Amino acid sequence: MASTQNTPAWLLLKDGTIFKGISFGAKGTTGGEICFNTGMTGYQEVFTDPSYTGQVLIMNNAYVGNYGVKNEDVESDSVKISGLICKNISDRFSRMNANDNLENYLVNNNIVAIHDVDTRALVQHIRSKGAMNCIISTEFSDEAALKEALAKVPDMDGLELSSEISTKEPYTAGSPDAAIRIAVMDFGVKKHIIQCMVDRGAYIKVFPAKTGIDELKKFEAHGYFISNGPGDPASMDYAVKTVKDILATNKPFFGICLGHQLLARANDIPTFKMHHGHRGLNHPVKNIITGKSEITTQNHGFGVDPEAVKNSDKVEVTHVNLNDGSIEGIRMKGRAAFSVQYHPESTPGPFDSRYLFDDFIGNIKKEML
Amino acid sequence: MPRDLSIKSVLIIGSGPIIIGQACEFDYSGSQAARSLREEGIKVILINSNPATIMTDPIMADKVYLLPLTVESLEQILEENQIDAVLPTMGGQTALNLAKEGEELGIWEKHNVRLIGVDIKAIDKAEDRELFRKWMIQLGVPVAEARTANSLLEGKEFAQQIGLPIVIRPSFTLGGSGGGIVYHKEELDGALDRGLTASPMHEVLVERAMMGWKEFELELLRDMNDNVVIICTVENFDPMGIHTGDSITVAPAMTLSDTAYQLMRNTAIMMMRDLGNFAGGCNVQFALNPETEEIIAIEINPRVSRSSALASKATGYPIAKIAAKLSIGYNLDELKNQITQTTSAYFEPALDYVIVKMPRWNFDKFKGADDTLGLQMKSVGEVMAIGRTFPEALQKACQSLENNATGLSYISQQRLRPEEIIDTLKRPTWDRIFRIKEAIAAGVSIKTIRELTQIDRWFLYQIQDLVNFEVKIKAVKHIEKLTYELLFEAKKLGFSDDQIAELLKDSTGEEVYEYRKTMGIRRVYKMVDTCSAEFEAKTPYFYSTFEHNPIAGTVKSNESNLTDKKKIIVLGSGPNRIGQGIEFDYCCTHGLLAIKDCGFEAIMVNCNPETVSTDFDIADKLYFEPVYWEHLWEIIEHEQPDGVIVQLGGQTALKLARRLSEKGVKIIGTSFDDMDIAEDRGRFSDMLKELGIPYPNYGTAYTTDEAIEVAKEVGYPVLVRPSYVLGGQRMRIVINDEELERGVVSLLKHLPGNKILIDHFLDRCQEAEVDAICDGEDVHIMGMMEHIEPAGIHSGDSHALLPVFNLGPLIVDEMADIAKKIALKLNIKGLINIQYAIKDGKVFVIEANPRASRTTPFIAKAYNIPYLNVATKVMMGEAKLKDFTFEHNLEGFAVKEPVFSFNKFPNVNKELGPEMKSTGEAIRFIKNLRDPWFRQLYKERSMHLSK
Repeated sequence: MASTQNTPAWLLLKDGTIFKGISFGAKGTTGGEICFNTGMTGYQEVFTDPSYTGQVLIMNNAYVGNYGVKNEDVESDSVKISGLICKNISDRFSRMNANDNLENYLVNNNIVAIHDVDTRALVQHIRSKGAMNCIISTEFSDEAALKEALAKVPDMDGLELSSEISTKEPYTAGSPDAAIRIAVMDFGVKKHIIQCMVDRGAYIKVFPAKTGIDELKKFEAHGYFISNGPGDPASMDYAVKTVKDILATNKPFFGICLGHQLLARANDIPTFKMHHGHRGLNHPVKNIITGKSEITTQNHGFGVDPEAVKNSDKVEVTHVNLNDGSIEGIRMKGRAAFSVQYHPESTPGPFDSRYLFDDFIGNIKKEML
Repeated sequence: MPRDLSIKSVLIIGSGPIIIGQACEFDYSGSQAARSLREEGIKVILINSNPATIMTDPIMADKVYLLPLTVESLEQILEENQIDAVLPTMGGQTALNLAKEGEELGIWEKHNVRLIGVDIKAIDKAEDRELFRKWMIQLGVPVAEARTANSLLEGKEFAQQIGLPIVIRPSFTLGGSGGGIVYHKEELDGALDRGLTASPMHEVLVERAMMGWKEFELELLRDMNDNVVIICTVENFDPMGIHTGDSITVAPAMTLSDTAYQLMRNTAIMMMRDLGNFAGGCNVQFALNPETEEIIAIEINPRVSRSSALASKATGYPIAKIAAKLSIGYNLDELKNQITQTTSAYFEPALDYVIVKMPRWNFDKFKGADDTLGLQMKSVGEVMAIGRTFPEALQKACQSLENNATGLSYISQQRLRPEEIIDTLKRPTWDRIFRIKEAIAAGVSIKTIRELTQIDRWFLYQIQDLVNFEVKIKAVKHIEKLTYELLFEAKKLGFSDDQIAELLKDSTGEEVYEYRKTMGIRRVYKMVDTCSAEFEAKTPYFYSTFEHNPIAGTVKSNESNLTDKKKIIVLGSGPNRIGQGIEFDYCCTHGLLAIKDCGFEAIMVNCNPETVSTDFDIADKLYFEPVYWEHLWEIIEHEQPDGVIVQLGGQTALKLARRLSEKGVKIIGTSFDDMDIAEDRGRFSDMLKELGIPYPNYGTAYTTDEAIEVAKEVGYPVLVRPSYVLGGQRMRIVINDEELERGVVSLLKHLPGNKILIDHFLDRCQEAEVDAICDGEDVHIMGMMEHIEPAGIHSGDSHALLPVFNLGPLIVDEMADIAKKIALKLNIKGLINIQYAIKDGKVFVIEANPRASRTTPFIAKAYNIPYLNVATKVMMGEAKLKDFTFEHNLEGFAVKEPVFSFNKFPNVNKELGPEMKSTGEAIRFIKNLRDPWFRQLYKERSMHLSK
């Protein structure tokens, strides 16, 4: 329900659409590319997912904030979305072991948000018109001022964000005594990806986005993991080079989301900007190798060119999206390198695809024999 | 795997007569399954003894057997047909138990029939409490501490070990029959005894009561490739301890974190995969400890259920339809999402609205019943409401209940003091949600209410918001001072115009409506699309809400686009209750199909999730809205229909005719004024007098003194009843002034200001009824039914034969003649039902109902004539009776058998009388009157006064 002050806020889209709603979270102005997430649980995990950097997020679910926020339910150390749009927020929550309410959390993270907006109509608009930049403001109410602010928001197309949000210094996770060592390239890695590998008995070292192969090799990893992250993979030639260098080591390789797109690019398969992306916890994916299907967590606005994959002599398709037939997973022919477009670590979302971490660890173990 | 081509014919088992705990949700599932299989070219054979169901209509299956649900009937069907497979998961526990019995007797094997949709060997694991527990422990899923007892002594011993409070759950019973919570030592013996008696195997589970734990339900689908999806997660507003059928439930889950939810999802999937080898639907229930977020498994049902019917309506995902396809071999990834028609059926629906289901009880019918809610289901129906906020959905649900609530506003006659309210909250009853609001308004803290009710504080906060908001509106006092912002907020929170008017105290609901209309505060219609707008949906399933339009741009809030076609709205009958139930769903479904036949756009309005007529592909357009004036009127203003049909939705729909007519909306068929003659006792009697038709002496009164005066004139015994009620509510027969006075006083207490009707009661007369169609020129008698029990028992509670069996040809002609006279005089266009009393060879008319009646579907089934289709076309003026030929193909007689749910109310007097108490009915065909079953029934006819 409405927060008590009822400060108005405005939302302007690039195509001129303006909504008036009620402010919550921080006051001020924020901009980014608008996108929507259809998940009905796990808002805090979504907000802290680094892949959302630069995005203003619509939550399709009728409510956010009902169960407050909890220190452990995060995917990074801060809120990563640029702004938030919802229908209803709950200023009073119910969860005995929560630490705070959503409002305070957003204020502390300096996130500008707007509610009491017809989010459903807005989602339909984005669905038909495509992703575009937008701005939320509690400061400007007139169109001209809003438009001026909007003009300053950079285009997602061609935008490189990973190096900004990647860890500045390498860090480790898991037991140094573990038999398996995995090097993780951090382009915006989610905490639970690392956790999934640690849970499977690996010692992890996470490297900054621009770490070169020589530095990586010093860790003597048994396998390499390329993380998810925000931005346009086409603007990341440095990362494509790293991936190529890593592939040359012939060690087992696993990529998720942006990591998947980078594996494709390293194999001369182009990526493209999608009309409005896939974001949610209910996307159906079929593993065409096993014939089994899985419900997946997704968060991507770029995709891998399906024609180029089909024509490639180096990679083959392993997973497809059952809704639109898009490429959800590839592997390199004859070697232990694979990647998926979706998020097998989920958080939030179903655990259906966690077997991919087992596959990766299995590949490493095979290699170690 | 694509569909199994070796399956060419399937037998679907229905759930039989409606009883508490097993109602028309299974007609909905069965109908969907039948259509789903038939569209695959599979021959569908159906067995069900319930004549009021749409599933047993010839339009739904290739062959229908209206037979008792027994192994003997199954054998007969198997002998007469080549059947490849049987689908027993659509007919509730009744069908599963019957399939299991058939398995034990080896009839499936004998006839080479496969069981599909279920692993029959796994049923016990799900149904037997002790096996379930052992299985869970083996799987590593936590369960409540419990022991199985087969005797009173064992039960007491275990109760002592576990410690009170405990839950007693009898094995193999339906809707929690015989179960209960024991808080105090002195209740233990009685509760154990009840439980052991209720269980067919004299077995109960003595279980630790998980008081204060929250309750959740997941609806799952699984295919032969072991793919599993969760279609819906439902959160119970009422915590553990109240049967989910008696709980207010909410979807999606409102207070569930992703970590807690994924734990439930993983556990549920593991349980379903481990429950034998089958493809189909399944329901799993969990309790969650709000302090630690640990969960325990409560139960698993390997079939479609009341909850899956609700989940289908709540998400748009047709669970029964897809489950049927999975049972014949399809995998989920091979099927399309039925709503978008472009994306995959293998996905998990996302909602961008809030669903509230509220049960509807009928305690007024069961005097002396314990109305405390608990483990045993007691409600007779339910409503579902959809809104974009929880308060909106909650208040819409209240508006749907049709019990005079204008929202969450209903406050009983007696105003309670805070201490008294606190006392009432301790004991969960049907009106607890209203009491909670009263308590908050009286200043009781959320903390205290939470302690007393264990209801999650998030829900309590929402109710508190409503209370606070009411204070704001009250303070405004004058309608013209209501600001746009305040009024919009009120509508967003689901306040009805009537409710706002009640708070302002200076205006009517109508005035509030007109006022907000000038401000541009109007309903918009949003679609239920399974995917929260991610994909374009093709199914016109709508609900209303209030949304702000953008300040600039072309974004459109309203999704209900208008067509150029001529449109007709069919009004449904709201929640099921005793006296008005599934039969009207049957009528509405046929009405919609007939409207479509005539090339009109058929629009359905109803709020009952258990109905076939609100299925996503029956009407051209569905508004899932309360059958409440305000909501209906805005639909009419939006759609501008060519007319509204009120004849098919029982008394609920009929009651709206006056206001529709005053507003100049065309009532399809019989005009409002003519219907009013039939409904208004005085006008009706004047008409009968004019036509020279006898009727029992009668009079009306507003006070006890007047009543005694009237009774003297008409002569005792007299029948006393209120006007404008359903199913003979509060009707009684009295023989002297003293009894009369008592009756009138009690009646006026409950219905102050009501006009009381007093009829001379024709003692020892015979009763009969006629259903007819009239097109204004001709009258066709659809059927004539004679009651077996003597007069004094409500027609809904009596056995009846079609055609009459004991009345002479002169009487029959007389009844037909009277029916024709009345129908023509009332200018009936469509349906009419007339009730007669026959005494000493003289035919009296008791009442006439200018609408579809409880017996209309029965007659259509027995004679196998699509009467509702004909009646609808006649109503619309699209056809005349002379366009049809009717042939009554019935060898022998069809007997209507009432079915009761008294076992849910152990302390209730089972005596029958003028007030209807049966919850369902069965049909039975007899070749002649020498039939042994019938002869026994006939012999005992007078004993049925006490069931």
